[in-house]
Amino acid sequence: MEKILQVKDLHVSFSTYGGEVKAVRGVSFDLHEGETLAIVGESGCGKSVTSQTIMKLIPNPPGKITGGEILFKGKDLIKLKEPEMRKVRGANISMIFQDPMTALNPTLTIGDQIMEGIKQHEHLSNDQAKQVALEMLNLVGIPNPEIRLKQYPHQFSGGMRQRIVIAMALVCRPDVLIADEPTTALDVTIQAQILELFRDIQKKTGVSIILITHDLGVVAQVADRIAVMYAGRIVEIGSRREIFYSPQHPYTKGLLKSVPRLDMEKAELIPIPGTPPDLFLPPVGCAFAARCPYAMEVCDKVYPFKSQLTNQHSVDCWLQDERAQKLVSKY
Amino acid sequence: MNTYYIKRLVSMIITLWLIITGTFFLMHSVPGSPFNEERRTNEAVQKNLEAYYNLDKPLMVQYGNYLKQLVQGDLGPSIKKSSQTVNDMLGRGFPVSFELGFYTLLVAIISGIILGVIAALRHNGFIDYLAMSIAVIGISVPNFVMATLLIQQLAVNFPIFPVATWQSPKHMVLPILALATGPMAIIARLTRSSMLEVLTQDYIKTAKAKGLSPVKIVFKHALRNALLPVVTVLGSLAASILTGTFVIEKIFAIPGMGKYFVDSINNRDYPVIMGTTIFYSAILIFMLLLVDLAYGFLDPRIKLGKKEAK
Repeated sequence: MEKILQVKDLHVSFSTYGGEVKAVRGVSFDLHEGETLAIVGESGCGKSVTSQTIMKLIPNPPGKITGGEILFKGKDLIKLKEPEMRKVRGANISMIFQDPMTALNPTLTIGDQIMEGIKQHEHLSNDQAKQVALEMLNLVGIPNPEIRLKQYPHQFSGGMRQRIVIAMALVCRPDVLIADEPTTALDVTIQAQILELFRDIQKKTGVSIILITHDLGVVAQVADRIAVMYAGRIVEIGSRREIFYSPQHPYTKGLLKSVPRLDMEKAELIPIPGTPPDLFLPPVGCAFAARCPYAMEVCDKVYPFKSQLTNQHSVDCWLQDERAQKLVSKY
Repeated sequence: MNTYYIKRLVSMIITLWLIITGTFFLMHSVPGSPFNEERRTNEAVQKNLEAYYNLDKPLMVQYGNYLKQLVQGDLGPSIKKSSQTVNDMLGRGFPVSFELGFYTLLVAIISGIILGVIAALRHNGFIDYLAMSIAVIGISVPNFVMATLLIQQLAVNFPIFPVATWQSPKHMVLPILALATGPMAIIARLTRSSMLEVLTQDYIKTAKAKGLSPVKIVFKHALRNALLPVVTVLGSLAASILTGTFVIEKIFAIPGMGKYFVDSINNRDYPVIMGTTIFYSAILIFMLLLVDLAYGFLDPRIKLGKKEAK
């Protein structure tokens, strides 16, 4: 599969009154054509910042990309000037935000908001744009699109609005769709419908999806591959099977243990003790060491190298070092 | 929709009636009458005059007579300028006052919004601070001070504009500027803060993510939402401009309604006081109606008189 988007050693920081917050500290991943990559992690781990950086929507100041590359079809987006970047946004890479209740402009009709994207990028006539908008509303499963086009956001329910937001993002047939917590603001039954919609759309259009979430249930349903982020870094990445059935990083293991399950007897939820580190002064070594039950002396001092376990599965952890493995086998 | 307008009309009439009643009795409770001046008139003459204008009758009878007359559209004769009716005076003064008020409002709204938007877009930059400093000055300097300053600088020191009177567009510049600075400053500050709030909204992020240009984002997505609070204050701003015109008309010797209003109070010219008050109130009530209509037009969530349809 072609790599459509490559993020290489991305660094993003924010300057605040308290100092520089290093929100993203060297994130690298590839996105292949037609796949869904989920980025999971707790609040503040840098997953939303990563996604908004790809769109270059980080407000500058205070945000700043301090290093790395974002290659879209081989072209580095970081180097693009704002007017060129505007041609990429919405047309090649689209984004869906968390809360559909606020993501739509309350004073414009749905039709207007869906069509302005196409008009911006493809210079279609009003009639042609309307046709595309109708197709999109059909695609995302909105009944009576002809009437709905003339209505305002407040006339739709939350789930319907998220469908409209998705239609809006897909209207120019982008190659990459970034969904930043698309189901967090919805109730559970609607969540399932929206996830189903994502799968359906991917089948029909072949769009690659980056799904940002902290909900492992969502990930289990739709992701092909999963990247686990902690304190501004991807600590483990692998296929859905590998992450769910043979997690290697203690943080990933902790995350999975803290998810409620219905299919196991006596399932006790085990929280991860402690809190994430302060990103004003991130630790030199592994950021998870302070909370890690397996932490060794080296973990505090040196950041672990990447261990490639299979061709998809890699993890940043000292436990993968052969000396550590020997120690483990000794006990 | 129609029942809304009928209800609204009824409430407007009731408001106006309350104002009329309040003004009528307040006016008569103030000591003095149109006929007591320093120059003492003969008591018999005064009695005759009072009888002529029905001022000798009990207050309730006078009130009843006035209402009866008013319903027929007659605001009565002026007591002090006995050859004129109040209708005549308003008919002559209103077009001038309206012209002044209308242009002032126009200047205040347009420049206020532009200033506010620019300040918001350059938030915490030099232009922002400059615009807001101008706004603070505009709010704190009363319009009569502004008027004298403008006259001194732009009519006397540098004779670019005429000092007073109301004849050509050139004559209008100074009074309009003097009257517009205050409301403009208020609108600018309000537009700025409301714009800053709107610019952090998610739908602005959505618009950016669509690849829209900054101009489109500001004018199509942000401004309309940001204007809602601005429209809300327009009603009361219109009021302040209307009342501001009294002073400005006096300073610039503009033959508008303000002159009649102020003179009539000093003279206890009862029909003129009533006439001008009723007229100003009617305009204000009408402005408030316009504001509500504009609200419904700007924000589709507000449908006047309609129950929320699912």
